[in-house]
Amino acid sequence: MDFFWTTLWPLIIILAQSVLLLVILLVGIAYILLADRKIWAAVQMRRGPNVVGPFGLLQSFADLLKFIVKEPVIPAGSNKGVFLLAPLVTCVLALAAWGVMPVSAGWVIANINVGVLYIFAVSSLMVYGVIMAGWASNSKYPFLAALRSAAQMVSYEVSIGFVIITVLLCANSLNLSEIVAAQGKGLANYLGVPWLTVLNWYWLPLFPMFVIFFVSALAETNRPPFDLVEAESELVAGFMVEYGSSPYMMFMLGEYVAIATMCAMGTILFLGGWLPPIDAVPFTWVPGVIWFVLKALFIFFGFAMAKAIVPRYRYDQLMRLGWKVFLPLSLAMVVIVAGVLQYWPVAAAAVK
Amino acid sequence: MTAAAVFFYLFACILVASAFMVIASKNPVHSVLYLILAFVNAAGLFVLMGAEFLAMILVVVYVGAVAVLFLFVVMMLDVDFAELKQGVLQYLPVGMLIGGIFLAELVMVVGSWAIGPGIPSAITAPIPAGVTNTEAIGLVLYTRYVYFFEVAGMILLVAMIGAIVLTLHHKARVKRQSISAQNARTPQMAMKVVKVRTGQGLGSNEISSKDAGSAA
Repeated sequence: MDFFWTTLWPLIIILAQSVLLLVILLVGIAYILLADRKIWAAVQMRRGPNVVGPFGLLQSFADLLKFIVKEPVIPAGSNKGVFLLAPLVTCVLALAAWGVMPVSAGWVIANINVGVLYIFAVSSLMVYGVIMAGWASNSKYPFLAALRSAAQMVSYEVSIGFVIITVLLCANSLNLSEIVAAQGKGLANYLGVPWLTVLNWYWLPLFPMFVIFFVSALAETNRPPFDLVEAESELVAGFMVEYGSSPYMMFMLGEYVAIATMCAMGTILFLGGWLPPIDAVPFTWVPGVIWFVLKALFIFFGFAMAKAIVPRYRYDQLMRLGWKVFLPLSLAMVVIVAGVLQYWPVAAAAVK
Repeated sequence: MTAAAVFFYLFACILVASAFMVIASKNPVHSVLYLILAFVNAAGLFVLMGAEFLAMILVVVYVGAVAVLFLFVVMMLDVDFAELKQGVLQYLPVGMLIGGIFLAELVMVVGSWAIGPGIPSAITAPIPAGVTNTEAIGLVLYTRYVYFFEVAGMILLVAMIGAIVLTLHHKARVKRQSISAQNARTPQMAMKVVKVRTGQGLGSNEISSKDAGSAA
């Protein structure tokens, strides 16, 4: 009986929490997919999906059903095991990142000390899904896409790493909850308006890094304008050419979960996580998780608008932006932020 | 304690099995994938030992960057399996020798650990209480071992520059895009409004002057 309470019961609680998070996350993904299409349609003055359910609200579920009942086709010349493993890897890794995501004060499944590094590690593994799919398909377009994507995702990871380092320098911790807590006080107190907590968050003192993070997140998740991995005008559909039915759906799901992860990361690193923007009565009544979701949706709206209004980059331009613009800029910012925090006590006191 | 033991044996078994499959599998791409599995399980073992920073860095650096390039090269090479198998007997003695040396060293390390009770406490410095793993590494790495750390960085930098110098060829005929030059272009530099008279067309001198204008 003692064994049950000390070992099994915590395990059951963690399992229940994980299942709850997964269900909420997947339903959320269904609706941000719809929001993505609706925003895109609105920019182009179309209606977007509006047939299934009121305002097309059930469109994603109809698509899900369609993918599941279709027959999966595995090419004869493919490497079967790796071919089926690739979508699984993409999907599972994308979902695994949410294990450490604090959605409100104390609302986190695994509150580990190296949460930022964990998410960084998991997102750096996402490239394997693409490479394995491209190679296992045994066809030239998927393989070309896999080559492109590996170079692209590895390149932009470098600048995301440096962006994360600048935030860590200011927050003094690798724990995601502590990074959010560190944004509770800061610039607003220094400026004499302690109720205006929106000024405390790191988007303001680290604004250049926020921009670099946003653009790198677009590239890291293969979103337009950096969707060269699946550039349909050159590579048919990139690494997913040979995929259909549920394996394709898992790629799609993994991609959107990765986008949601990046939005949540941006919220935690730069927009103060679950903290309310103004420390006054009507705002503090709203639960933290609502603020978290609202901020993540705000960043997702940026993702969707970038997809709608920016034309796709050429491959050499993409590489130039990553290595010749973002890498030197973010590297310089790491040095500048570290120097300012070390040698200018006023700034250090304002941020911390 | 029991949960930790269960996970230890799980990670260790998968690690050993996948390490065996790295050398046993016929397809080299499968070998690299098994190698990646081995890395990830080693990271799991690090987490169990409380070295969470090392575990994450192992995943980020080895799995996320090094193994990707590795996989890349293996995928691009057209490896002939029959030819690969022929070499096995030829290299077997050398492989056995290296394996034997590794085994002997491992036995010596683990053996001395078991024999001399004073050794483990002498070579492992305990983390000071109230300091996280990451901080403890940083405190040692950037103070006591800062020169070694910087020398390692310099060696990597030299290796990187060397690789770039060896492979970078500037071809004279390649047209490169200069983004700053493109952004600095004005309508006056890029185009010219020409009034064409009916029946006469553009004179040859006007066409050549237009070309000169766009080139400048």
